[in-house]
Amino acid sequence: MSVDHKMDSSRRQLLVATSAAGGVAAVATAVPFVASLTPSERAKAAGAPVEVDVGKLAPGEMMTVEWRGKPVWILRRTPEMLASLDKTAGLVSDPESEKPQQPEYAKNKFRSIKPEYLVTVGICTHLGCSPSEKFKAGAESGMGPDWVGGFLCPCHGSQFDLAGRVYKSMPAPDNLEVPPHKYLADTTIIVGEDGKA
Amino acid sequence: MTTKSQALLNWIDERFPLTSNWKAHLSEYYAPKNFNFWYFFGSLALLVLVIQIVTGIFLVMHYKPDASLNAAGVPVAFASVEYIMRDVPGGWLIRYMHSTGASAFFIVVYLHMFRGLLYGSYRKPRELIWIFGTLIFLVLMAEAFMGYLLPWGQMSFWGAQVIVNLFSAIPLVGPDLSLVIRGDYVVSDATLNRFFSFHVIAVPLVLIGLVVAHILALHEVGSNNPDGVEIKKKKDENGIPLDGIPFHPYYSVKDIVGVVGFLFFFSAVVFFAPEGGGYFLEFNNFIPADPLKTPPHIAPVWYFTPFYSILRAVTYPLFGLDAKFWGVVAMGASVVIIAFLPWLDRSPVKSIRYKGPIFKGAVAIFLVCFFILGYLGVLPPTAGRTLVSQICSVLYFAFFLLMPWYSKLDKCKPEPERVTFK
Amino acid sequence: MNSRVIKLIKRAAAVLLLAPALAFAAGAELHLDKAPVSKDPAALQHGAKLFVNYCLNCHGASYVRYNRLQDIGLSEQMIRDNLMFTGDKVGDLMKISMHREDGKAWFGAAPPDLSLIARSRASEFGSGADWLYTYLRQFYRDPARPTGWNNVVFENVGMPHALWELQGEQVAKIAEGEHGKKVELSLAKPGKLSPEEFDKSVADLVSFLVWMGEPVAEKRKAIGGVVLIFLAGLFVLSYALKKNYWKDVH
Repeated sequence: MSVDHKMDSSRRQLLVATSAAGGVAAVATAVPFVASLTPSERAKAAGAPVEVDVGKLAPGEMMTVEWRGKPVWILRRTPEMLASLDKTAGLVSDPESEKPQQPEYAKNKFRSIKPEYLVTVGICTHLGCSPSEKFKAGAESGMGPDWVGGFLCPCHGSQFDLAGRVYKSMPAPDNLEVPPHKYLADTTIIVGEDGKA
Repeated sequence: MTTKSQALLNWIDERFPLTSNWKAHLSEYYAPKNFNFWYFFGSLALLVLVIQIVTGIFLVMHYKPDASLNAAGVPVAFASVEYIMRDVPGGWLIRYMHSTGASAFFIVVYLHMFRGLLYGSYRKPRELIWIFGTLIFLVLMAEAFMGYLLPWGQMSFWGAQVIVNLFSAIPLVGPDLSLVIRGDYVVSDATLNRFFSFHVIAVPLVLIGLVVAHILALHEVGSNNPDGVEIKKKKDENGIPLDGIPFHPYYSVKDIVGVVGFLFFFSAVVFFAPEGGGYFLEFNNFIPADPLKTPPHIAPVWYFTPFYSILRAVTYPLFGLDAKFWGVVAMGASVVIIAFLPWLDRSPVKSIRYKGPIFKGAVAIFLVCFFILGYLGVLPPTAGRTLVSQICSVLYFAFFLLMPWYSKLDKCKPEPERVTFK
Repeated sequence: MNSRVIKLIKRAAAVLLLAPALAFAAGAELHLDKAPVSKDPAALQHGAKLFVNYCLNCHGASYVRYNRLQDIGLSEQMIRDNLMFTGDKVGDLMKISMHREDGKAWFGAAPPDLSLIARSRASEFGSGADWLYTYLRQFYRDPARPTGWNNVVFENVGMPHALWELQGEQVAKIAEGEHGKKVELSLAKPGKLSPEEFDKSVADLVSFLVWMGEPVAEKRKAIGGVVLIFLAGLFVLSYALKKNYWKDVH
């Protein structure tokens, strides 16, 4: 460019200083625009923690609540259901819940705080469909005689056990996500808040 | 420049005229060296256009053109603006930039046009630049008018109602025309949606096309200057005008000063007076549109008021057609007549520096009339005000229509051979 | 620009300044008291409490979320405990359960949403705050009205005097003067608050309404100060750069 040969040191300094300050201004200007792309107060309010009373849930029954627009399942497991988890331990890809699909406090065999209640996001970790419940065991379930109860994703056939653990060799890579949650009272759960974050 | 980047540049230049365009429009575009303060407003208009487009893109992500009422009984469109103002992070700033930008656009463009008037920038060979410019102004008015409906406040609604009804004054086709513009019997959801479409897609496309044409035409003939003499008449042995300097870097660094200065005032309004005293954001527009209740006093936004006053000034029926029709004609003519300036000015000199007292006086009277018309346009009409606006309207038109005579009669000073530069 | 043009522009400006006197007779006057708007969190919190207790039954503030009140120094818990009576979540909008149709039937017009009332009530006579401050203090007893109340600023208003328990009952002496009606108010029956206390309470309420009109206002000005200082610095730099380049131009 035609000005290069006329560049003296004071001009260079001024050019650098003005460009730097202009760059700062440009970045600062970008802040509100980028911020406007993040979730709004409305989205945050809609995604606020949800209080759930699970007292009326019968053993073996499941309820679905909405949190951040996603279905969250709360399954009250029977002793038989809990026992089935020992049988599936060898068949699932991540029996010990090593992958961070759950908060620390749900990193156990039952993937829950209280063994009885499973709280999990009902979204398949493959491509985001919501699996259907296949709680009945045996041939009756239509899942073959060895089925001990769990979930089946209708989209690509991924299978999960009653702790939301994915079976080996399934399209879905990970166990179902356990959302942050805690017990406010014996049978009152708040989903989306665990007092840690 | 390193050989690698030179090689890349060569690769591009063989496929795309990058270097040649850079030279033609920036580094070897020779602009007169005597530009003054008035010459900032062209680049500033471009800056405001960019501000409006960028902020507009982000506003569209959250705005909803929907006149139906939400659960709280508020029109969705109105509520979505408040949603942007309160719930979207940074939304208030983007919205204030856009609303202040609208007024800033007109301030800058009016000053840019006045510069052209002062220095005869419309004269041969720059007639087309001027015509493109007038079209830009016209399209800008349409853009601003349709954008003003979108917040769906009381002023939005009733302003649109009044302006669309202007078209119904046209004989024969008028009533049907205004019906087609609204898409309904009143300004409604249909109107809101089509204005939204025009405001964000159609009109900006036309605007950008016209701005490109305006600049291409300018760079074809070269810039005028405060002395109104052609720098291309005196060239050195290389064919470079003696009084010309490369736009880049000289005017790029100068325009940056103008840009920063402008942004200072722009930010002062955005951050400290975004309502602009009720002129940039009108108080009544904080009330959702109510088709059953007209606010006690409605006026267009300030940048339309001079032309609105001319509309109201016409109160006599003529040739069997009512005053409403002639008011619309007068208002349309008051904008269109600007495009004819290149052929109305018969002065032997271009710049006001060398024009005589008659022309200077005419410009001064014109300017005063323009301001009075603008001021009257925001006020409700009374008999006295109507008389004043009638006088000012006549003087407004006289400035243009009598120019062929008075500009010739004027005692001009001789133009210098070269531009004056201290 | 030469001096001749400047002179002409000066003359033009003079004519322009005279123009109003030539053309404009004064319209109907509206006398408003200047509202002592406060930004003090204690005043705003008091205003919020009055708002929730006396306004939020009939008027919504449907663009404002309860948790936004954290901006005036309240914690989520305080908001939940002191200001929320319904089973709303703290992130909910301040809506009301009254239907607009009912409001229309009861008051003649649906009570307006108050989120923006302080901005929309501004006029050439004063700020929106001034209007509200005057309006809320100038209700008087008028048996001719269906609600039993009338107002000096807003004649034949549909709204009853929501704060009458606090202010007491005012009566009006109406005189037809040469400048139109002149209304003089006096306190016939004192309320729970003394006139001074009442004025202070209304001022707090109005301050809250002003805050609610644009909760970001204070932040906006704070950012604005930094922006302007920065731009002033950038102006100096860019001007120096321009000077440096332009020393080549002779």
